[in-house]
Amino acid sequence: MSSPILKLVAQRVALGILLLVAVSVLIFAGTQVLPGDVAQSILGQAATPESLANLRAELGLNDPAYIRYFRWLGGVLTGDLGTALSSGQDIATSIGGRLWNTLFLAFCAALISVPLAIVLGLLAVRYRDGWVDKLISGLALASTSFPEFFIGYLLVYFFAVQWQIFPGISTVYDGMPFLERMQAIALPAAALTLVVLAQMMRMTRAAILNVMQSAYVETAELKGLSAFSIIRKHALPNAVAPIINVVMLNLAYLIVGVVVVEVIFVYPGMGQYLVDHVTKRDVPVVQAVGLIFAAVYITLNIVADIASIVANPRLRHPK
Amino acid sequence: MLDIKRIPIPALIGIVLTALFVIAAVFAPWIAPHGNAQIVGDVWQPMSSQFWLGTDNLGRDLLSRMIYGARTTIFIAVLATALSFTLGSTLGFCAAVLGGWFDTLMSRFVDLLMAIPTLIFALVVLSVLPSTLVTLILVMGILDSTRVYRLSRAIAVDIEVMDYVEAAKLRGEGMRWIIFREILPNALSPLISELGLRFIYAILFLSALSFLGLGVQPPDADWGGMVKENKDGIVFGIGAALIPAAAIAALAISVNLVADWVLNRTTSLKGGRG
Repeated sequence: MSSPILKLVAQRVALGILLLVAVSVLIFAGTQVLPGDVAQSILGQAATPESLANLRAELGLNDPAYIRYFRWLGGVLTGDLGTALSSGQDIATSIGGRLWNTLFLAFCAALISVPLAIVLGLLAVRYRDGWVDKLISGLALASTSFPEFFIGYLLVYFFAVQWQIFPGISTVYDGMPFLERMQAIALPAAALTLVVLAQMMRMTRAAILNVMQSAYVETAELKGLSAFSIIRKHALPNAVAPIINVVMLNLAYLIVGVVVVEVIFVYPGMGQYLVDHVTKRDVPVVQAVGLIFAAVYITLNIVADIASIVANPRLRHPK
Repeated sequence: MLDIKRIPIPALIGIVLTALFVIAAVFAPWIAPHGNAQIVGDVWQPMSSQFWLGTDNLGRDLLSRMIYGARTTIFIAVLATALSFTLGSTLGFCAAVLGGWFDTLMSRFVDLLMAIPTLIFALVVLSVLPSTLVTLILVMGILDSTRVYRLSRAIAVDIEVMDYVEAAKLRGEGMRWIIFREILPNALSPLISELGLRFIYAILFLSALSFLGLGVQPPDADWGGMVKENKDGIVFGIGAALIPAAAIAALAISVNLVADWVLNRTTSLKGGRG
């Protein structure tokens, strides 16, 4: 590999790590400095001042904020996410299986939506301004306007209740046979796919159209190449970098969509875990899960950056 | 001038639907056949001539709750959008005009806020804040103002180098004049088309929060909260939860259609004048 790419990649990674540290400060600050009181929210409004003071001392809330931050960060770096206030369980152990469940669900959704979006985007360019294109932009409008739960519950209503093809509640457990697991996550994966598909499709279309307007594509047209071979040989290779970017951005969006979708299908993942503990005002869990979500989001964005650097031929073949 | 016959049909549909929702929201107490929290029948009754949309999980009239829900949903979304626009555009314009450390500091802070998915950060913050309407509007408005900040800063940076702004500076006008009399009027049309998109986003965001049980608290309910209330009926084949969800989608689509039309109109005007 040549050095300019390595240098750029190293820069992006360093920037990402810096960003992640800053984000951890922000998440910590968001839960500590704001005028909510953890001790008060655990004990409720009727707590006596003495019991509040005791609990504060027990949780180390009397230390200055920056000391608590470094204690927390030190724990996170060594894999100790603390214990949940509401249940007293170790957070890292509770998260383990759930993180895997969430990633599996998001991975399945990505596996369906990415190729589908690219193929449909290509079709939209091929039949530009025709009915396929119009249908696709109509779908894109609908899907950016539909809340996730509308799509989710429509799927449940028809596929789980009316036609009874798939279960409406996605129970998964350790050691579940693969096929059963796939059947359980069919509906949430479909919902997630529909949430990101249209946006991804529209952006792919825009990326390819952008390339289609360049001079070499016109030359290819004048040479008499067919529309599909122009797209395949000239447009697509040059559109790879923007498409990768589109895909990664939408995968990052999956991370957000997954929270709502998990709640709809009662799927035992990170999103469900986060929402439950926000309701219980269990700050250590919220911090830990929030940080993990942010980390995945930032990582995907960096991967998108790096992928588009690597896909750029001008950087790949330096003079 | 604006001629009704020249408005394209999709935009017309959008305007009519949006107007209907707004009318329902404003005149809710006069339109709704029953009270918001009034229990009028059995749980989850089907649609009938007495209860047009049936009843909800506690036997309240769904149509009445939808109308009151329109009020809550639109009210909060409007306030949050107003906050995000005021905050975002003021800071964005200031950053563009002042430049220097203020610009760097604000822009880096906004980058940082946008590095965390909005919903996730909202959940983190809502875990310690009291669940009141004011908190909800503040959290939604402030988090969304990052996007308005970026847009308005980018627009203002372009306008700021124009000759007329330079002339105003040489005249010795203060920052307030530059922002409100020079930049704002010229930045208005791109900002207005963004307004529609931010409003839709506010509605979807509010609905998601309420659906997760962290937005509007019972007995009041916005549409997202109503989906949450009625979602257990779905597995028994009762579609009550789908109605508020569809309403959110319909409102978002109609505002989208209007925003699209406004966007096309303003850009074509610009093209026409060269």
